[in-house]
Amino acid sequence: MSITLTETAARHVASHLSKRGKGIGLRLGVRTSGCSGMAYKLEYADEAKADDLAFESHGVKVFVDPKSLPYLDGTELDFAREGLNEGFRFNNPNVKDACGCGESFNV
Amino acid sequence: MALLQISEPDASPLPHERRLAVGIDLGTTNSLVATVRNGIPVVLPDAQGRPLLPSIVRYLPDGVHVGHEAQNEQTRDPQNTIVSVKRLMGRGLADLSDARRFPYRFIDGPGMVGLGTRAGPKSPVEVSAEILRVLRERAEASLGGKLVGAVVTVPAYFDDAQRQATKDAARLAGLDVLRLLNEPTAAAIAYGLDNASQGTYAVFDLGGGTFDISILKLTRGVFEVLATNGDSALGGDDFDHRVYCWVIEAAGLPPLSAEDTRLLMLRSREAKENLTLHGTAPIVVTLANGQKVDLTLTAENFTAITQNLVAKTLAPVRRALRDAGLQPRDIQGVVMVGGATRMPQIQKAVGDFFGQPPLTNLNPDQVVALGAAIQADVLAGNRRAGDDWLLLDVIPLSLGLETMGSLVEKIIPRNSTIPVTRAQEFTTYRDGQTAMAIHVLQGERERVTDCRSLARFELRGIPPMTAGAARIRVTFQVDADGLLAVSAREQGTGVEAAITVKPSYGLTDGDIARMLQDSQAHAADDMAARALGEAQVEADQLVAVTRTALAADGDLLSATERAAIDASLAALARCREGSDHRALVAATEALNRATGELAARRMNRTVARALTGRQVDTLS
Repeated sequence: MSITLTETAARHVASHLSKRGKGIGLRLGVRTSGCSGMAYKLEYADEAKADDLAFESHGVKVFVDPKSLPYLDGTELDFAREGLNEGFRFNNPNVKDACGCGESFNV
Repeated sequence: MALLQISEPDASPLPHERRLAVGIDLGTTNSLVATVRNGIPVVLPDAQGRPLLPSIVRYLPDGVHVGHEAQNEQTRDPQNTIVSVKRLMGRGLADLSDARRFPYRFIDGPGMVGLGTRAGPKSPVEVSAEILRVLRERAEASLGGKLVGAVVTVPAYFDDAQRQATKDAARLAGLDVLRLLNEPTAAAIAYGLDNASQGTYAVFDLGGGTFDISILKLTRGVFEVLATNGDSALGGDDFDHRVYCWVIEAAGLPPLSAEDTRLLMLRSREAKENLTLHGTAPIVVTLANGQKVDLTLTAENFTAITQNLVAKTLAPVRRALRDAGLQPRDIQGVVMVGGATRMPQIQKAVGDFFGQPPLTNLNPDQVVALGAAIQADVLAGNRRAGDDWLLLDVIPLSLGLETMGSLVEKIIPRNSTIPVTRAQEFTTYRDGQTAMAIHVLQGERERVTDCRSLARFELRGIPPMTAGAARIRVTFQVDADGLLAVSAREQGTGVEAAITVKPSYGLTDGDIARMLQDSQAHAADDMAARALGEAQVEADQLVAVTRTALAADGDLLSATERAAIDASLAALARCREGSDHRALVAATEALNRATGELAARRMNRTVARALTGRQVDTLS
C-alpha cells in the first residue's frame, strides 16, 4: 500500500504549506460524485484523524482515510504545467476510465 | 486530465464546479491579474513569466498591441499608443486641465472624451477594455477555464462616472464584475487587516506616476475611507529623473539626443533599483558619440538629490490626516503599495512620520491585485460555509436631490455602507402641478450651487391635485459598486420615472477633498443659507395662496382689512428681497395673522355653498 508524490509535487506542496502558514501535510481522498462516479479530494491537512493512514514522500506527509485508500493505492501525485496553467495530477493505476476532463473517474 | 489545486480542509469543489474568479488591478502604469490558487493569493504571470502588464494600448492598421509590445513602440508611434488611459476614464475634455500634456488627438463630445487613432475614434472605456481582455485571456489560460467573475480595483476617490466607466470596460472585455473595490481597501485586505475587529490604517501608494494616501477605518469588518489625498503628478518616475539630472550634471554632459536621453533614463532607473538592493549602483553608459559615462550612485547621493521628493509625499499625508481629524499616532498600521515604496528612503520617511515601521512584506506592486483576488474568491463562493464574510465599502460623498429654494435634501449620507437603499416622500409645490423635476446631487453642502450635479430627470403624469396632496416617493439605490440608481413614483397612480446615474463628468481627488473641507468650513454659512431658503419658500407659498384668496373672495373683506393685508404683503415682499431670514419669518407670520380672518370667512362661505339647497339626509 503506498501513495507517493513526485519530487516536483512535493516541492510545490511544501512551498504552499509554508506560504499558508499552517498545516501538517496533504490529505488525499475520493468521494462519489461527478459524471464518472468518483472524484478526487486534494486538501491541506491541519490534523491527522484517528483512522488515517499516513505516508511520507520527499518530506511531505500525506494522509488518506482507509475507505479511500483502495481507490488510490499506488497513486503518484505529480505537478504539471500546461501552457500557463499549472496544478496537480493524480497518476492512479486503479482508474479504468475517466470523464473527458478527468475530474472524475471509475475504477 | 485536469490539473487540480489544493483546497482547504473539507472544501474540495465538486467536479466541474470550481468557480474561477480573479482580482484585477487596473493601474495607470501597470495592470495585474491575481487569483487564489491552492488557498493562496498569487499573481498570474504571462507566458514569459512577467507579472506586470504595462497599461499601454497601441492601435495598428490591422490589430491591437497591449502591454510590453505596445510599450516598445510608444516613442515611435505616440498618437496611436495610448498610455495612462486611466486618467481619462469618465472624464470630459473640459475636465482635463492638462489635456495638452497628452500627445493624443482628443475628440470632444458629450460625456467622455474620445481619442482619435488610426483604428478610428476610441473611448477610454474601449482602450481599458483592451487591457482587461488581455488579462482575462491570461487568467483563463492560467486557470484552465472560464472565469465566473472578477473584482476590479479603482482609486478610492473615483466618482460614479469613473466607476461606471471602469465597469463598462470590464463588461466590454467579457468580464463579469463581481464588485469594484477601492484600491486601498484591497491592499488592506491583502495584509489581512480586515481580520481585526477594528482599527485605523493608512495606505501609502506611490506608483510610477501617481501618489495616493488613504486613511481607512475598519469597524466590524467594514472599511470606511476617512480621507484621501495625493499628488497625481508624483511617482517613481520623478526619482528616476532626479538620478538622470544628477548624471548629466556629474558627468558634465551636453544636451542629449532623444535616443541618448532614453538610454540614460533607463540606466538611471536601473541604478535606483540596484541601490535599493545593493546599497551602491554603478552607472556605465556609452553615448551615441562614443562618450563614456562611468559614475557610482551611493545611497548618500541619492538621499540628498531626492529628499525634497520624499518630503513632497508627506504633505498630502498630513492633509489626509487633518481631513480625517487624526494624528499620526492614531494610525495602527501603514500599508505600502506601489513599486516606488521599495526605496529605503521612502520607508524610513514614512516610518519616522508614523512612528512605526510600515508593512512591506508583500510585494508592493502586487498587493492591490492580491487583495482583489481574495475578495473575488469570497464573492465567487469559494470559501467554506460559515467562513464567508461580507466586505462592505462606503460612499465617499452624500447623495441627495434639489428641493424648492435651491436647497439640497440629502437622501443617503456620506459614509453609508453600500449597497444601500433609502427612500423619502416628497410632494407637489403648486396646485395642479403635473410634473416634478428631480435633480440628483452629490456633495456635503446645503445649496445646489455648491454641490455637484449628477443627473436630472422628470416625473410626468402626476394627476392634478392641490399643492401638497401628491405623494411622490423618491428612492436612491447604490449598488455594491457604488453606482447610483434613482427612481420617483407617485404613490396614488403609480406613475414612475427612473434614472441610472451614469454621470458624464468626474471629480478629481482634490475636488472631493475640497468639497469635504468646504462643507466643514462653510457649515455655519450653509445653515444660514438653508434657513433663508426655507423661509423664502414658505413666504412665496403664502403669498401665492393669499393672492388666490384675494382674487376669489376679496369681497369678504372691508376696505381697512384689505389695506392691512396689502400692507403685510408689501412688507413681506421687501423682506423677500433681503437675506435676513429672521425678518422674513417674522413678515411671513405677520401676513399669516393678517389673513387669518379671511381664511375663516372663506371656509364659512365654502361650507355654506356646499350645504345650501341640500337635504340633510343627502349629506354623508
